[in-house]
Amino acid sequence: MLSCKQITELITDYLEGRMRFAERMRFQMHVGMCKNCRAYLRQMKATVAAVGQLPDEPMPDDVRDEMRKRFATWQAAKAASATGKKDPRPT
Amino acid sequence: MAPPEETQLLARLRSGDADAFDVLVRRYHAPLKRLARAFVSTEASAEEVVQDTWVAVLDGLDSFEERSSLGTWISRILVNRSKTKGVREARMTPFSAMADGEHDESAESVVDPSRFDDRGKWSAPPDRWEDETPEQLVGNQEAMALLDAELRQLPETQRVVVMLRDTLGWTAEDVCNALEINETNQRVLLHRARSRLRARLEQHLDKR
Repeated sequence: MLSCKQITELITDYLEGRMRFAERMRFQMHVGMCKNCRAYLRQMKATVAAVGQLPDEPMPDDVRDEMRKRFATWQAAKAASATGKKDPRPT
Repeated sequence: MAPPEETQLLARLRSGDADAFDVLVRRYHAPLKRLARAFVSTEASAEEVVQDTWVAVLDGLDSFEERSSLGTWISRILVNRSKTKGVREARMTPFSAMADGEHDESAESVVDPSRFDDRGKWSAPPDRWEDETPEQLVGNQEAMALLDAELRQLPETQRVVVMLRDTLGWTAEDVCNALEINETNQRVLLHRARSRLRARLEQHLDKR
């Protein structure tokens, strides 16, 4: 039988699907019977999900302006090359 | 495969929609910069790598085949560029060496050992959190701000791995390849990072 301490140490292996079948069964059996480890597992899953949902950071104005400028340059180059392909005659 | 929302964003980008580019830059610029910081020596270098990455992203848009998510693709470009720049700057410690250092550290427990009895059973178990589902947690602005602050304070190797995996959605295999670390190291770093982030939230959310 795994201990609660071992559950907290093995939890990432479990969530990553890196356990052999027998070990996975032992993990699930413990969690099925232990409400404290169930809470720990729930909290760990919520934490992982929350890290994936951290809000966007404010963008400094100068960086935003610079990126817009770069986008405009890219767009212009793209448009020019598209036109060039359609109409290879020199202007 | 790219999620449907990203497919739409991609279509807008390809059609030259500047607002779509704004959305993308707002979403990824800051995490990319934090990621770049793991490879280059200064903030200014990191900013430069990220800006170069955005140009490379625009240039590569038409050839992006959507086999991975947009975020994964962008961050892969960033890591490659950061590594090249890091080498040029002769940054002394490669990521894999830092990760080995982390791995060799004494195998300290991720949960305070005093919370278990001598048989390893909880003596001070985790309490229920007020907000325990992912949806509730994400809706709790204070908790999210704490999480963000704690993420910034993680050791660099842990921070990079957890960001790649959980913020930017990389697979374990992609992380190992990009950072040139083995699978066990990757998992140890991820485990420590996630455990510490959970512990920080616990301090805040416990209904004690």
